[in-house]
Amino acid sequence: MSANEFYQLRVNGKTHQVQDSWVGESLLYVLRERLGLPGTKGACEQGECGSCTVLMDDAAVCACLVMAATAINSEIVTVEGITTESALTDVQQSFVDEGAVQCGFCTPGLIVAVHHLLEKNPQPSEFEVKEAISGNICRCTGYGRVFAAVEATIRSRNAVK
Amino acid sequence: MATSSTVTKPRDILGTSALRPDGAHKVQGSFEFTSDMHAENMLWGATLRSPHPYARIVSIDTSAARALSGVQCVITASDVPGKPTYGLISSDQPVFAREFVRYMGEPVAAVAADHPETCRRALALINVVYEVLNPLTDPEDAVSGAHDPIHPDGNVIRHQRIIRGDQTATGPIVVEGEYVIGMQDQAFLGLEAALAIPDTDGLGVHLHVATQWLHEDLSQISACLDLPAEKVRLTLGGVGGAFGAREDISLQVHCCLLALKSGRPIKMQYSREESFFGHVHRHPATIFMRHHADSNGKIVKIDARFVFDGGAYTSTSPAVLINGITHTQGPYKCDNATVDGYAVRTNNPPCGAMRGFGVVQACFAHESQMDKIAAAVGKSPVEIRLINAMVTGDPLITGQVMESVAPVARCITETDAIPLPQPLGTTVNELALPGGSGLTASRSNIIRGIGWGVSMKNLMYSEGFDDYATARCTLADGVASLKFATSEVGQGFVTLAPQIARSVLGVDEVIIEPIDTQIGSAGSTSASRQTWMSGGAVDGACRLVRERLFHHVGNLHSIDPLRLVIDGTDVIDQVGTFRISVAEASDGIEISETFEHHHRATEELDENGQGNCHTAFAFVAHRAVVDVDPELGLVKVVQIATAQDVGRVLNPLSAIGQLEGGIAQGLGLAVMEEIVMKDGKVRNPSFTDYLLPTALDAPDVVAVMIEEYEPQAPLGAKGIGEPPCISVTPAIVAAIRNAIGKDIERIPVRPQDICL
Amino acid sequence: MTVIVAKELITALAALREHADARLIQGGTDLMVEINFNHVKPTTMVSLRDVAALRTIRTDTPGIMSIGSGVPYSVIEGEPVLTAIPALAQASRTVGSPQIRAAGSLGGNLGTCSPAGDTLPVMFALDAMIHLNTLDSRRVVSIHDFMTGVKRSVRQHDEIITAIDFPIVRGWQGYSKVGVRNAMVISVASACLVADHENANVRIALGSVGPTIIRCRESEAWLQSSQDLSAGQSISLDVANEFGRRAAAESSPIDDHRSTAEYRRHAISVLASRLLRKAYQ
Repeated sequence: MSANEFYQLRVNGKTHQVQDSWVGESLLYVLRERLGLPGTKGACEQGECGSCTVLMDDAAVCACLVMAATAINSEIVTVEGITTESALTDVQQSFVDEGAVQCGFCTPGLIVAVHHLLEKNPQPSEFEVKEAISGNICRCTGYGRVFAAVEATIRSRNAVK
Repeated sequence: MATSSTVTKPRDILGTSALRPDGAHKVQGSFEFTSDMHAENMLWGATLRSPHPYARIVSIDTSAARALSGVQCVITASDVPGKPTYGLISSDQPVFAREFVRYMGEPVAAVAADHPETCRRALALINVVYEVLNPLTDPEDAVSGAHDPIHPDGNVIRHQRIIRGDQTATGPIVVEGEYVIGMQDQAFLGLEAALAIPDTDGLGVHLHVATQWLHEDLSQISACLDLPAEKVRLTLGGVGGAFGAREDISLQVHCCLLALKSGRPIKMQYSREESFFGHVHRHPATIFMRHHADSNGKIVKIDARFVFDGGAYTSTSPAVLINGITHTQGPYKCDNATVDGYAVRTNNPPCGAMRGFGVVQACFAHESQMDKIAAAVGKSPVEIRLINAMVTGDPLITGQVMESVAPVARCITETDAIPLPQPLGTTVNELALPGGSGLTASRSNIIRGIGWGVSMKNLMYSEGFDDYATARCTLADGVASLKFATSEVGQGFVTLAPQIARSVLGVDEVIIEPIDTQIGSAGSTSASRQTWMSGGAVDGACRLVRERLFHHVGNLHSIDPLRLVIDGTDVIDQVGTFRISVAEASDGIEISETFEHHHRATEELDENGQGNCHTAFAFVAHRAVVDVDPELGLVKVVQIATAQDVGRVLNPLSAIGQLEGGIAQGLGLAVMEEIVMKDGKVRNPSFTDYLLPTALDAPDVVAVMIEEYEPQAPLGAKGIGEPPCISVTPAIVAAIRNAIGKDIERIPVRPQDICL
Repeated sequence: MTVIVAKELITALAALREHADARLIQGGTDLMVEINFNHVKPTTMVSLRDVAALRTIRTDTPGIMSIGSGVPYSVIEGEPVLTAIPALAQASRTVGSPQIRAAGSLGGNLGTCSPAGDTLPVMFALDAMIHLNTLDSRRVVSIHDFMTGVKRSVRQHDEIITAIDFPIVRGWQGYSKVGVRNAMVISVASACLVADHENANVRIALGSVGPTIIRCRESEAWLQSSQDLSAGQSISLDVANEFGRRAAAESSPIDDHRSTAEYRRHAISVLASRLLRKAYQ
């Protein structure tokens, strides 16, 4: 591929060099294929499934719709950046415990979206939860266990308070 | 990859909600799906597809593509060294089209290059000259012979009748309808992907692939590559859902060919658009049914005609047809039947396996008919179904006797006992109404409806097919290792298998070895069969190991091995005080056993559709509550109540996940999911226009598991994957009819079907 | 350099002037789909993502709310827009998914000019004014003149849409959109109705039922001539339904893979009737 782009991206608090890239590459492609961060998944290439949800300057967006070379001034956080080495986050643990994971392909995007939701709105109503994840398609679970996982996270956070 | 699962108390044995061993990796994004794989020196592969539903290939010129910088190789039909075709039942689908393309999206060539964008540009440089032909797009033209054969094997893939009982029987009540089922897509999220790594000597290939059936892939791939089976090794890559769409070959042969030709690892992954062309779909079908009933509504006879559109190639159409027509009666008694069924070839996309496999189509028809009978005799949907409910021992229209546990009436009554949701209040969140944030409706525009669906589904393969499963268990130092080729596609066999080993062997730690072709076949992850079949194989292997462990312990401690049993994590003497932990008992030894589980033999149908063709059955009832905006034709499914015949619950958390997930797919078919075709062309190959249910479309699901131990099943448990998505669709449509008082005979139900 | 990430508007305008092949990208929610689906091969890109001047909401002109072309829909959904221009907030809430709304903006709806653009009917009903700048000129164009057809507008290659002026109307306004699921759906038919109580008129604009957004002038005139449309009045069901029929007659929908012309026309009649009743209940 004729290569002509060189730039830096801030991802998960680190600066990454991107070299020899093609101008049309999405942030999703660059994260997965160039930066070794395959946790962000692609399933529709048009922002209709949410599998590639990442945080960009504190907004949850679809990485497939971000032209990577335009993101040079942004702080990007992926599922790998949400993950800690020591233990699962409470959201991640709830997803496992409540059966919200089957094939798991939509899961990283949902994890990012739910972390973002609870950060912005710690006590969401039922419909606020549903609307917040209405851009994350899950084909396996029918969402029942996903709702249960979000509720369990909220319950556990409230219990700690 | 090997997945290890270590547990703490309480022990994750059968019956508990053991958690997925891959769950932590999946929530962290570190689970390796096939599309995440890389290899040193890897190239990307991509496929050129036909833009026409039917055309003759005049010429293919790949020279410009070959000359493009970054392109390693370009292959076409002439580069296929072995068998030029593949197929699950009939090998009639070309690896690459040679003379004709028979559906839009049929592969014509493939390229390998250094970047996905280089691949796309190379594909654009391949010059294929087509002579466009008149496509066969109406399945009835295939039945009638009105169109010339579009394939040497002809336009009728299979024709099968069922003739049962008194052909002249009738009753005072006769109801009929012609039901149309649209083309549904499996729409797994993890797109088709594979990584093929050629052997250094160039004489073999190792394929990592997301598939439902490694061994079937292996036999089809090796034939096309003209390589002995041992030169082709398959390892299951992480699979992001399947639902039937990974049972057929898609990119497997192409990927291996490119790897062998280029001598470099090749990664292929489809885009969503390509995925719509790259795998088979659920068969569209037209089903005519006429039910004759007595004045109480008891079924006297059923006449039916099925036409399944198989698309351009056979795939599993013959089996889908048989599943459809043999489920004409649904879960109801019926002594007399005349059924005519066709699966035909057209220039539409090939159709094959999808969750429910032919029964989804039949169920929409028979359940719509049941409501018509109920209306004709003045009975409720529940009453009419209870009057006709099948029981164990009843003969089916194939002459086969229902030998499975058949709690049909219980499914219905327990569903009926589930409380209805609260009525819509006067103030209601706009997102709860049909139309949602589109703000199309007020509370006063909405009418609520209730509808029913009940279904019967065969489990495992049918018609004489011995779809056995193989597993090996190795016990050493208190740790069990399990080896099988069972595709884990998200359903949770990797959770269940260790539960079985823990229960049988009294171990806590269970390791699942890589899932590949280095052991015998497990059969396909389909037909609701892996809990029964691979579960049976794991159970059998573990039991053999346990027997040898008891002999080993008996010999060492001079106890009759027949007196030994597992108690928790110990081996104990049933009649004495001897007790030793399994860990200690297996210290320093290694016991390994392999077991094949075969289900009972079945047979093919005769020319009158008679024969013991199915292995076993499961049942389920669904009650749907929907809110409808009759003026705009928009629907919100409020609640699905269900009671499902599961035999025995092996993992409550996994089970509810299967039920809820299947219900969402059935909801999709009821009100939104359809591949729209026009003149053989797919009009909506994207997630913008092929709509899947979102979190705001999901209903509340209230589920009851009916546990009546199935003695034929190795673990007493029936498969539970398919039933949830079968009768929920007619239940939702019935609820819509109930709300608006208008007949609807087509799915998915579109707004115009309701309001115009 | 083929990707110019501008921080100042002038940088972006200069880049457009310099590169004949340059394309603008802001949130990327339209253009990246075109690239991902192999329909567009970008060469030179000018990114507006970091131009802060395009992300402001201004109310310094009395009676006008001026929304920067890069303000994401997720912001427009809430205050202050929700109170000042509720129909625009409602329309913005129906755009794609939350992730799309966090990235997409009015500039994108205008730049693409699809008849299914969710916020365009609001602009048409409110007679919004579009600000266009080049390196050395500025002009303000009425939305009615801006959109000329399916994915066609009067924007020139070297122009950037900087802001959209929405008049603040006293009265009632609402937006409705029909799609075949409860979230994340392309419009099959949409309508924005504005009841201007001060001037006693009603305006209605339709989306997805013609090559451009359709402003139903004849229906509006009929209604104004037959009804008192000032505050506190009520509209009978018969009048509302007749208004709906007339609005539908002004639409010119087509059959496509998303719906049929017949259904779209019917849906418009229902939406228009319901919106009118809500405006005067």
